[in-house]
Amino acid sequence: MTSLIIILSVILLFVVLIQIAKIYEIAEEIKGEEYSEITSADSNSKGLLIFCVVFFASFIWGCLYYANYMLGYGPLKSASAHGGAIDSMFNVTAFFTIIVFVICHIALFWFAYQFRYRPGRKTLFIPHNDKLELIWTGVPAFVMVILVVKGLIAWNEIMADTKKGEEHISIEATAWQFAWNLRYPGADSELGVKDFRLIKPGINELGQDWNDERNLDDFNADELVLPKGKKVRISIVARDVLHAFYLPHFRVKMDAVPGIPTYFVFTPTKTTEEFRQELKKYKEYQGPSDPSDPNSPPKWKAFNYELACAELCGKGHYSMRRLVKVVSPEEYEKWLTTQKSYYLSSIRNTEEDPFKGKPIGIELKSEAIKLESALAKALDTSNTNLADRTLNLNNIYFETGSATLSKESEMALNILKNAFEKYPKLKVEISGHSDNVGDANVNLILSQQRAAAVKTYLKNNGIDESKISTNGYGMSKPIESNEKEEGRAKNRRIEFKILSF
Amino acid sequence: MSSVHHQEQDQLIEKYGYDDHFHEHHEGDKFQFNFLTKYIFSMDHKIIARQFLFTGIFWAIIGSAMSIIFRLQLGFPDASIAWLKPLLGKWIVLNDAGVGTLEPEFYYALVTMHGTIIVFFVLTAGLSGTFSNFLIPLQIGARDMASPFLNMLSYWFFFLSSVVMFYSLFLSTGPFSGGWTAYPPLSALPQASIGSGAGMTLWLVSLALFVVSVLLGGMNYITTVLNLRTKGMSLWRMPLTIWAFLVTAIIGLLSFPVLFSGFLLLIFDRSMGTSFYLSDIFVNGMALDRIGGSPILYQHIFWFLGHPEVYIIILPAMGIVSEVLSVHARKPIFGYRAMVYSILAIAFLSFIVWAHHMFMSGVNPFLSNFFVVFTLIIAVPSAVKVFNWISTLYGGNIRLNTPMLFCIGFISMFISGGLTGIFLGNSAIDIQQHDTYFVVAHFHIVMGVAAFFGMFAGVYNWFPKMFGRYMNDTLGKIHFWVTLIGAYAIFGPMHFLGMAGVPRRYYLFDKFDAFSGFDTMNKFITIAAIISFFAQIVFVINFFWSMYKGKRVTSQNPYGSNSLEWTTPIDAGHGNWPGKIPTVQRWSYDYGKDGIEFTQQHVPLREGETPSDH
Repeated sequence: MTSLIIILSVILLFVVLIQIAKIYEIAEEIKGEEYSEITSADSNSKGLLIFCVVFFASFIWGCLYYANYMLGYGPLKSASAHGGAIDSMFNVTAFFTIIVFVICHIALFWFAYQFRYRPGRKTLFIPHNDKLELIWTGVPAFVMVILVVKGLIAWNEIMADTKKGEEHISIEATAWQFAWNLRYPGADSELGVKDFRLIKPGINELGQDWNDERNLDDFNADELVLPKGKKVRISIVARDVLHAFYLPHFRVKMDAVPGIPTYFVFTPTKTTEEFRQELKKYKEYQGPSDPSDPNSPPKWKAFNYELACAELCGKGHYSMRRLVKVVSPEEYEKWLTTQKSYYLSSIRNTEEDPFKGKPIGIELKSEAIKLESALAKALDTSNTNLADRTLNLNNIYFETGSATLSKESEMALNILKNAFEKYPKLKVEISGHSDNVGDANVNLILSQQRAAAVKTYLKNNGIDESKISTNGYGMSKPIESNEKEEGRAKNRRIEFKILSF
Repeated sequence: MSSVHHQEQDQLIEKYGYDDHFHEHHEGDKFQFNFLTKYIFSMDHKIIARQFLFTGIFWAIIGSAMSIIFRLQLGFPDASIAWLKPLLGKWIVLNDAGVGTLEPEFYYALVTMHGTIIVFFVLTAGLSGTFSNFLIPLQIGARDMASPFLNMLSYWFFFLSSVVMFYSLFLSTGPFSGGWTAYPPLSALPQASIGSGAGMTLWLVSLALFVVSVLLGGMNYITTVLNLRTKGMSLWRMPLTIWAFLVTAIIGLLSFPVLFSGFLLLIFDRSMGTSFYLSDIFVNGMALDRIGGSPILYQHIFWFLGHPEVYIIILPAMGIVSEVLSVHARKPIFGYRAMVYSILAIAFLSFIVWAHHMFMSGVNPFLSNFFVVFTLIIAVPSAVKVFNWISTLYGGNIRLNTPMLFCIGFISMFISGGLTGIFLGNSAIDIQQHDTYFVVAHFHIVMGVAAFFGMFAGVYNWFPKMFGRYMNDTLGKIHFWVTLIGAYAIFGPMHFLGMAGVPRRYYLFDKFDAFSGFDTMNKFITIAAIISFFAQIVFVINFFWSMYKGKRVTSQNPYGSNSLEWTTPIDAGHGNWPGKIPTVQRWSYDYGKDGIEFTQQHVPLREGETPSDH
């Protein structure tokens, strides 16, 4: 019913309009063509003048009213090092264009008023004026040169990639319908390679190749966390269709293209907290952050930097949001230590893991570090705890069922070799142990052979064999219960017992 | 004006005109012997022009109505639009409380169709198609186009293209929804979006047909202007409308085939398993087995047309405004040659600036340097045009009728929208402003509203020549004032949205803290859009009402205009002049020369008169 009334009233409105128009036309016919021409010129030229005034007034009002919401004017100043150059470029352009905008409009509307129709008014016959035209070709050209030069200087500085060896943090942003994935490089500061053919939704979203060691410490973050004052290089790529990586507060924007990685390099200059403190000073940001709940925290307190998508990517384009947090470098380092490698937490020893059941580089490294500190502790003369002088060599590996040392063992063996060189008087016993699976005799012989293999390696590397005695104990000295696989794994071991040094 | 004047004109044509023995074809036109050939499959350029205009109006109503629906979503996202369900069906989803919301898929389909329809069907076919067809033969003194048959085909290809596009609106998967630029991979992969299925296939078919239409039309316009000018009509005596149409046709002829090739590759990618634009894609749970293409390649090809397309839209409007402004200011256009040279400069530059749409798309940043330089150079010829228009008003005797008001509105829009282009053309600023509402505001004002104003100026001005009646001036003025204020009310505030960083093509703003908080402004914009839409309905009513009921034209040259179309009979038949073709004796802008208000082009130099130095 209401819609019918609306439709009817709209139709009625048009009928009224047409009737008014008809009446006007009849009235004009009565008053004469010239009279109506004059009144039309008068009323419309005045209309144009009034429009001009209202137009400028609303332009100024808008600028003032929205100043504190617009980037660059109120508190929303750039939060990145390069952003200031963009904002200043904007303002320089605004300066020149507003002058032209105002002058042209005044001239346009004023001439329309001043030279409105009057019967018998003599018009000027000026087909052209070369001097005038030269001036208004030259002046815009000159202004454009200023804008081009200033703009391109800023552009080339902002878009420059990081130089080789330049210190920066690499982060990868991958977009798909309709989410962002943020990948950090982990301890090695390098992102591992990936291939879209390896993607498995929910398991390997990026298609990381786990054979690439650089992938193993990479981690994904829910929020883009950045340290203040450090150069960041975001490598940007898409998995399905075009997206765009857009950080409005940082003046950062770049398309994400499938197959063609792009990048943006920038340096955050304000932590989230510092930005909030800036906002706090403005009344626009003191109202409740949730308009429906007056007790919600004020807007400035609820403020967060945001990552958005700025290239149409499908029906969920408007919802690709991630929070961005800028923290102090110290907090950033702390945050890094709480992040877990995606590989280690979700892939390691699953069906996806090409190293399932095998040692991998980063594990070896961390074991090596542990071994080094255990050795230092054992060789510390002030340390009276004798138990510390027996080291469990967790990272010496053998081919399954044989006494052949596998390549992964070299790191640990070299640490031992270095210890012998550093402490010429060092004497040790190396002993082999096994779990209780299989034939006891076979196990005993294997444990002896394995201990001997370690000795042989050290001997071949220039260590006097008299310093090393070896022993094999088989399954006779378990350190854990053999009931579970974990316990059995611990019992299969090489011990390094320091006799004297 | 009196019938005496009428007779004088005819006598002049009789005396000085060129006899092509047209009158010896006793029935006048052997191609117009029944209703079908006269009004439907007509080869008369004046009828074809009207066909383009009617189809353009039809599409303009649909295209702008679509914008009202998506503006409702943006301005009043929580309001129920269940009342649109009879029209939109399943694209409106009702919740338990009966509140109807627009599906995001269809929101994007509306945005896409709005862009496609307005850019191609209204502002290319409706504007250039109408006025190039109508004015070229009339203003250069030709009986028709060089090939009336190709001209007819040009319209019917456009018609076919329209039918296909219109049909796509009713598909169960909806029309194409990936933006009017149709960037792959979104447009290439049906599995990425339902609109990229059958909707996109029809979109491509429709636009391929459209390209054929533009090329047939363009070849005709160029040939006609270059070869069929009447005796004495040298290039430098042509009205600026003709210059604009000529250059527009040349740009179209050079750029549309490139777009067509781009579409062809996209069709291959979609249906033949190629990968021109596809690489390293994992979509819908599957890795695509085709690699090696580049999505950016499509953008290069698209914008190689896409940017000239902007000038294909705006140049005819500029030509119309130059002509109408001069006639109603009763003054010659200021700096005629500068106007021509600036049209040529803009046309040339339009081909080497395309990548300014792509600063942030992943092209080498070094490349952008060149495109920034060329882009900002365009500001110079554009500024010259603006200054020349304003100077044309100076010292005139300005009739502020509806066409003139729309010309003034056009200049205002072109200033406002052109100046914001200087921001966006500078790549450094574009980092922040790209794909925000600042861009939306910029291009809507400078090539949307301005081109519409040029079109309205043309329609109001030449309506008497088209239909032998005037449009109602009062309704016209209501139309002008509401549209002028409405357009600025819609697009002015969008600059502030853009400066706040709000991205375009968002279905909702409240997912982001940074982009929400402009509810009042969005409501305001939507209301302004609705009011402006109703003002356009006033225009449509005025148009059709005046066709049958408008005041009759009683004199041959009602505006005291110099150009040749006003030497034809009020109700000119096919062939335009019943007897001889007028020959041209002078420049087309002799207004107010030697104290004489106007001197038509076919009037010989008076005794002692020197030709105008222009």
